[in-house]
Amino acid sequence: MAQSIEDKREIAMTKAEGRRIHQHPVLGPLEYAEECTIIVDSTPLRARQGEPILATLLAYGIRATRRTEKRGEPRGLFCGIGLCTDCMVTVNGTPNVRSCVTPVEAGMVISTGAGES
Amino acid sequence: MITDTPDILIVGAGPAGLAAAVEAAGRGASVRVVDENTRPGGQLLKQTHKFFGSERHFAGTRGVDIGAKLIQEAREHGVDIWLETPVVGVFDGLVVMAVKQERLLGFRPRCTVFATGAGENAAAFPGWTLPGVITAGAAQTFVNVHRVPVGERAVVVGSGNVGLIVAYQLMQAGIDVVAIVEALPNIGGWGVHAAKVRRLGIPILPRHTIKEARGDSHVDQVVIQQIDERFRPVAGTEKLLEVDTVCLAVGMTPRTRLAEMAGCRLANVPALGGKVPVHSLGMETSVTGLYVAGDVSGIEEASTAIEEGKLAGLSAASALGLVERGEYEERLGSYIEALNELRSGPFGVERRRAKDDVVRSYEQTGT
Repeated sequence: MAQSIEDKREIAMTKAEGRRIHQHPVLGPLEYAEECTIIVDSTPLRARQGEPILATLLAYGIRATRRTEKRGEPRGLFCGIGLCTDCMVTVNGTPNVRSCVTPVEAGMVISTGAGES
Repeated sequence: MITDTPDILIVGAGPAGLAAAVEAAGRGASVRVVDENTRPGGQLLKQTHKFFGSERHFAGTRGVDIGAKLIQEAREHGVDIWLETPVVGVFDGLVVMAVKQERLLGFRPRCTVFATGAGENAAAFPGWTLPGVITAGAAQTFVNVHRVPVGERAVVVGSGNVGLIVAYQLMQAGIDVVAIVEALPNIGGWGVHAAKVRRLGIPILPRHTIKEARGDSHVDQVVIQQIDERFRPVAGTEKLLEVDTVCLAVGMTPRTRLAEMAGCRLANVPALGGKVPVHSLGMETSVTGLYVAGDVSGIEEASTAIEEGKLAGLSAASALGLVERGEYEERLGSYIEALNELRSGPFGVERRRAKDDVVRSYEQTGT
C-alpha cells in the first residue's frame, strides 16, 4: 500500500482540469460535454459526463488503477474494452468495477489500490 | 423467462452486426441488436484513417464516418439497438440471455447472428503487466474516442496494419512514437501505411523485440533488442528507450465464447486468428438458424466484416421466407464477389484460402 501515497502525489501534480486531447487534426476540437465531480482516493476530480472512469483517471495521470492482492503490483489500462479486467477499481464500495467501460456518475467515490477480491 | 421474440437477434453492434441488421430489416424482418458497449459502431468508432478498396467498400471514407453511416441506416430501417446489454448465456433453442440495467432478459429469436468481434492478443515480456503496456485498440479507444492521452512517448510492437495505423494515430494525438519493433524480418502491413509513419520519422525496426519494460508504478523505460532468424535475442544489441507507453499490436483472436456455448462446431485456422465456427457460404454455423459474421468468424477487416454481415442478414431473412429464391441467389453471388475482391492481393489471398477451408469444413460434415 506504500505506493498509493505516490499515486496521490501524482494527482496533486497534474493540472486541475486534467489533460485532454483538445485539438485533433482529423476529429477536430473536443466536443463540449457537461462536467461532474468524482472523488478518487479522497481527491475531487472533474470528469466529462458519460466518459468511462478510466478516462478521467488517465486525464489526471493516474495510470495504476489497482494493486494485486498478493504482490501489490500495479495494474491499469490494458485492453480498454472490458475484456481483461486489469483496470478494476472500487466504486461506492463495490469492488471489481471495470473502470474502462463504466461511465462516471456525479459524486462517485472511487478508490484505486484495492487488490482483487 | 422469455421477454422478447424478434425475428432476428444480432449480438454485436459493430460493422458486421449493423450491416446484418440493415440487410435483414430492409427485407422486412424485425431485428433487435444487443451490444455491451455504451455506443454502437464497434471498432469503427476508433478508426480515424481512410479505408482502401473500391467505391462500394467505402474507399476514401474514414472508419468513424462509416460507423456513423451504418448506425443511421440501421435506425432508418427501424432496427432496435439495445446498448449496455451484455449477453451472458446461450441455451438450446436458441435462447439468448442478456442483462440490461441489472435485469435479466430472455430472447427467443427465430434466427440469431453472432457478430461478437475479437479480442486483442498480448505479448509477454518482463514488465508487461505494468500500467503503460496497453493494446493498440486500447490506445485507439482512449485517444480517439475518449480523447485522453495514454502517455507521452510510446513504442509500438508489431508492424502489421494495426501497428502502423496506431503509431500514426498516436502521433496525430500528440503522443510521440519513438519506434515500431517487428519480430519478423519484414514489415507486416501495407506499404502505404508504412510510408506514412516513415514520413513522420518513426523508425520501423524489423527483427527486434522488447526485452523488458521497467518502472515502479508504471512504465518509464523499455529495453529493445535484436533477434536472429530463429527469434533468439542477439547479445549486445540492447537499446534503452525512454518511453512511458508500450502499444501491443500483435494480432487478435476471434471471440467465440457465445458460439461455443451455442454448440457451434469450430475449426482451428491459424490464418484467421485461431478457432472459428465453421460456416456455410451464407454464414450459417453448424447450429441451424445461427449465423456468424465479422471477426468472430476469422480476423479480417471492417470492410470484410460489413460484407459478411450483409451475407448473414440476407441468409437469415431468407430462412424466414422473406427473400425469393432468385433474389437470394443473386445477392449471395454479389456479396461473395465483393468479399473475393477484398480477399485478393498478397495479404488477402491467404485469408481467402482459409475462408474457403472453413466453408469446405462446414460442407463436409454438414450440420
